[in-house]
Amino acid sequence: MGQDRPDRNLLVKLSRIDRRILFVIIFVCVIVPLLMEARMEMSVTAPVLGLYEAVEGLEPGSYVWLAADYDPGSMPELYPMNVALVEHLFEKDIRVISGSLWAPGPPLAQRVFEDLAPKYGKAYGKDYVNLGFKEGREAVMISVAEDLRRAFPEDYYGAPLDSIPMLEGIRNLRDLEMIVAVSAGYPGIKEWIMQIATRYETVIGGGVTAVTGPEMYPYIQSGQLVGLLAGMKGAAEYEQLVRRPGLGISGMVAQSSVHVMVVVFIVFANIVYFLEKRRAE
Amino acid sequence: MKNEIPVAIAFVAGMLMVVSLFVPHPYVAEPAAITRSWAIIITAFAYVLGVANIARISVHSVRNRSTDWEYKAALVVALFAMAGLGIAGGIRSGGAFDWAYLNMYVPMQATMFSLLAFYIASAAYRAFRARSVEATLLLVTAAVVMLGRVPVGEKIWPGLPAFTEWVMEVPNMAAKRGIMIGAALGAISTGLKMILGIERSYLGGE
Repeated sequence: MGQDRPDRNLLVKLSRIDRRILFVIIFVCVIVPLLMEARMEMSVTAPVLGLYEAVEGLEPGSYVWLAADYDPGSMPELYPMNVALVEHLFEKDIRVISGSLWAPGPPLAQRVFEDLAPKYGKAYGKDYVNLGFKEGREAVMISVAEDLRRAFPEDYYGAPLDSIPMLEGIRNLRDLEMIVAVSAGYPGIKEWIMQIATRYETVIGGGVTAVTGPEMYPYIQSGQLVGLLAGMKGAAEYEQLVRRPGLGISGMVAQSSVHVMVVVFIVFANIVYFLEKRRAE
Repeated sequence: MKNEIPVAIAFVAGMLMVVSLFVPHPYVAEPAAITRSWAIIITAFAYVLGVANIARISVHSVRNRSTDWEYKAALVVALFAMAGLGIAGGIRSGGAFDWAYLNMYVPMQATMFSLLAFYIASAAYRAFRARSVEATLLLVTAAVVMLGRVPVGEKIWPGLPAFTEWVMEVPNMAAKRGIMIGAALGAISTGLKMILGIERSYLGGE
């Protein structure tokens, strides 16, 4: 018994390790790959390929509704998606109408547009427009589908929709080819699918946070969702497809190392748990 | 009348929305569109009430120097400062509001959420134990999906991403679909009860 005590003390210490040590390990796992700008190739999953092919299938000059339904809290996962999707849409000469059901969304969407528009020679009001935020959740979705001007009489900066050249002749969702929703939660892509997809026979694709991803799979199988980017990995896969490495790909090594470390934590903690249990018996 | 009028409004508005789904005639579509516009306006008013309420509670707390009054003072200052910047200078890119949003609000909220990574790692170490068959199954699935959802997973085993997709598309989807169908049936039932005035808890009391 006397010889067991030091071992047992060590096991107890390991099972109750100071959480600050864990925090430091995670911090190192995140920061080192980011500073080294390490990159990692990856295969593309079917839901990501589905969205890419849906956008590829659009004709130049067609219109897409880009729902920027997210906030800075989900930026690390969703902002790279927003960037990669707008790059792809601009490259294909598709006109983008952005609207948001989340108050913090419009400035983020606007930042993406302003960063990318000069690169592709796109102009506000001619190739893209930001309609800003509108409260009303599902009611706004139906209003957009029925009468865009009733839901959004003005753009983000207060200009009447009739004064925006690219919106001439655009009355509602039937004049648009697709909805691309980048969403962090409610209201978001799930509500767009439930309210719009079947009722208005609209093609919907988009991106969500990794934690929401599993919830979306039934909609992919039913065909109500043409494709899905889930989490930063989804963004990275899309960046790889459009050959525009960005924030998604640059975050993959950091995310990989953190995931591996969490799995190591789980395995190690369970080994300690079973050893401790055996000693107690 | 205090109860009957709200119940009647809920019945008319609810039935109008249900009927408009099946009848696209203008006699139904137009009143439904007007009702939706009212809904949007009424929801927007909730923001006014919300701001007024949080300002009232916070100012009261600061005046009385109650617990954590300093944080409430910061909240009131930030609330009115951001609103003031937006009203006075507009929200155009490069303006004061836009600058404060991108350089203060964005990093602060991103910081808050990034803390989750540390807490999840700590929780995984301290609480995720194979105490039962169910817990072991959850633990193994979580580890496999976590590795399969990052590029390093396919370096460990090239078949891991495909296996992870199978986990997502078969067992995960079966469970999710069951939950969603159950929740949808519950929502339909509750919605009908509210439209028909059987469920009145939204009026307060009862």
